[in-house]
Amino acid sequence: MRILVNGEHHDVTAASLAALLDELGYDATARVATAVDGSFVAAGRRATHPLHDGAQVEILAPMQGG
Amino acid sequence: MTLFYGTELSSRLMLGTAQYPSPEILADAVRRAGAGVVTVSLRREAAGTRAGQAFWALIRELDVPVLPNTAGCHTVREAVTTAQMAREVFGTDWIKLEVIGESDTLQPDMFALVEAARILTEDGFRVFPYMTEDLVGAERLLRAGCEVLMPWGAPIGSGKGLNNLFGLRALRAHFPDVPMVVDAGIGVPSHAAQAMELGYDAVLINTAVAKAGNPAEMARAFAMAVEAGRMAYIADPMEERDMAVPSTPVIGQAVL
Repeated sequence: MRILVNGEHHDVTAASLAALLDELGYDATARVATAVDGSFVAAGRRATHPLHDGAQVEILAPMQGG
Repeated sequence: MTLFYGTELSSRLMLGTAQYPSPEILADAVRRAGAGVVTVSLRREAAGTRAGQAFWALIRELDVPVLPNTAGCHTVREAVTTAQMAREVFGTDWIKLEVIGESDTLQPDMFALVEAARILTEDGFRVFPYMTEDLVGAERLLRAGCEVLMPWGAPIGSGKGLNNLFGLRALRAHFPDVPMVVDAGIGVPSHAAQAMELGYDAVLINTAVAKAGNPAEMARAFAMAVEAGRMAYIADPMEERDMAVPSTPVIGQAVL
């Protein structure tokens, strides 16, 4: 399955958002927020949130802001 | 006492955390400012990159309330999704809502802002809307559930100060009981003092501190200006006059 993560293409086998984070190597304790196809997916729903071919995933972390 | 959604801040100076030469200088500036709030944001992070996590650790160590923003958003949907992500990451329902409508001036899109503010308020957010000094827009934002307003002084990062004094005065006068923060465009401490003298409840500064030659010293200078401006407002400044009026009494003056 080919999906877009933070604007870059990835070929992955993960079926859920939680599995994707794991497959990509995100630390389980990392403070990140996720969205799929423009909609927020809360941390508690990642395990049950399915991914589809062509899904657009955003994984965001804290950063400096004004 | 000014309450921002029921919270009294330790200082009327809000400080942005972007563009500092180093994390250490940022931390120094926040301490020297005695900032009441620091603004933060969200960006993409690749697996294995710990920049975001390190930044978050630094902010937690500073122990200052955070106000996440939706910087860079141009649509209602982007802003709403970003706010929802920020709420989870930062653990606060406060959001500095930015919906940019024009890229040269980074002017807020007031129409999209009102719509996003309504959606977020209904979802339990406490919205700090970054807005122009538009009176009608302010009214709509309040009706959408905002209890704080954040008009711009000048375009973000321009350092031009208060571009529309008349507009900012009118906004302050129209909504005397609404906590208001001048956000963006302030370049030097005298601009911040001026905003406070007009009766604004706080100012939000980023570039003017971060891009100063000595950010920590500038942060302290802004803190002093904000305090002086607030004190002056409380002390009720004199009316401006067009003609001179002697301050030294003329009675008893010698005829020479």
